[in-house]
Amino acid sequence: MANKIVTDEARKQIGRTGEIRTYEVERGAIRRFAEAIGDSNPLFNDELASRNTRFGGMIAPPTFYRSMGSPIPNVDLPGMGSQFRGLDGGSDWEYFHPIRVGDRISVQSRLADLRESEGRLGPMVFIVMETTYTNQFGEVCATQRSTAIRY
Amino acid sequence: MATKQHYIEDVEIGSEIGPLEKNPTTQQLVKYAGASGDFYQIHYDKDFALANKLPGVILHGALKNAFLGQLVTDFAGELGWVRKLSVQYRGMDQPGSKVVCRGKVAKKYTEHGHHLVDCDIWLENAKGEKTTPGSATVILPSRSAR
Repeated sequence: MANKIVTDEARKQIGRTGEIRTYEVERGAIRRFAEAIGDSNPLFNDELASRNTRFGGMIAPPTFYRSMGSPIPNVDLPGMGSQFRGLDGGSDWEYFHPIRVGDRISVQSRLADLRESEGRLGPMVFIVMETTYTNQFGEVCATQRSTAIRY
Repeated sequence: MATKQHYIEDVEIGSEIGPLEKNPTTQQLVKYAGASGDFYQIHYDKDFALANKLPGVILHGALKNAFLGQLVTDFAGELGWVRKLSVQYRGMDQPGSKVVCRGKVAKKYTEHGHHLVDCDIWLENAKGEKTTPGSATVILPSRSAR
């Protein structure tokens, strides 16, 4: 059955990228994030205790990246009416290098996939964004594939 | 460091991870909104949430992701590394009720000289329903290869 919303034409948008946004990572921001999620791990809270670890200082918890947003690329889906509601379907993360205090992290999102399926309430659209977080040395620290669901 | 270090030799398929219990409050959702920059009102404005046909304010999916992140960084310890983390938000959770993060080792293997474990992880509500299933891949240190 042909898709009503995610047409072949709409799928041509896959690969579109959003603007790059760059963040400088502050110690206080890491601590505030760790406190907000209730994680007392010394690696995320205590500079002195972290100094003697293999990381040599504080690092950020794995979902700290959520505090560094970037504009997502435009996705035009003319078939999707304004009655559509949205929800966060989940995230798939990969981690390659830690984030340290003082790092400059560049964030960019890319439309990685567009899918449609028929749900109980009608068509459901899955918009998959892949966000890449790159540090000042050009190393990719992490990637996040997040799925937004519209129904 | 505070948490006990796990080594690859200590874990087997089926070994349990956690549990990590959390008791999120509306105040925590406000703190998380501030720390993450996610100010969608369904997470702290009850009237807004009710008008959106929700039972009340609900936890940010990403906060549950963070709880599961803590589950696996605690498991990895200072010498380990969380290589992958996946979560799927299947059900809503509301503040004022406890949630528990748990996991189990599903696979143990070696790749590029790293000792890895794949884990099934999930967050369950007070009724024991898995509202947020997921998976993780963790690199663990070895007692021998140091």
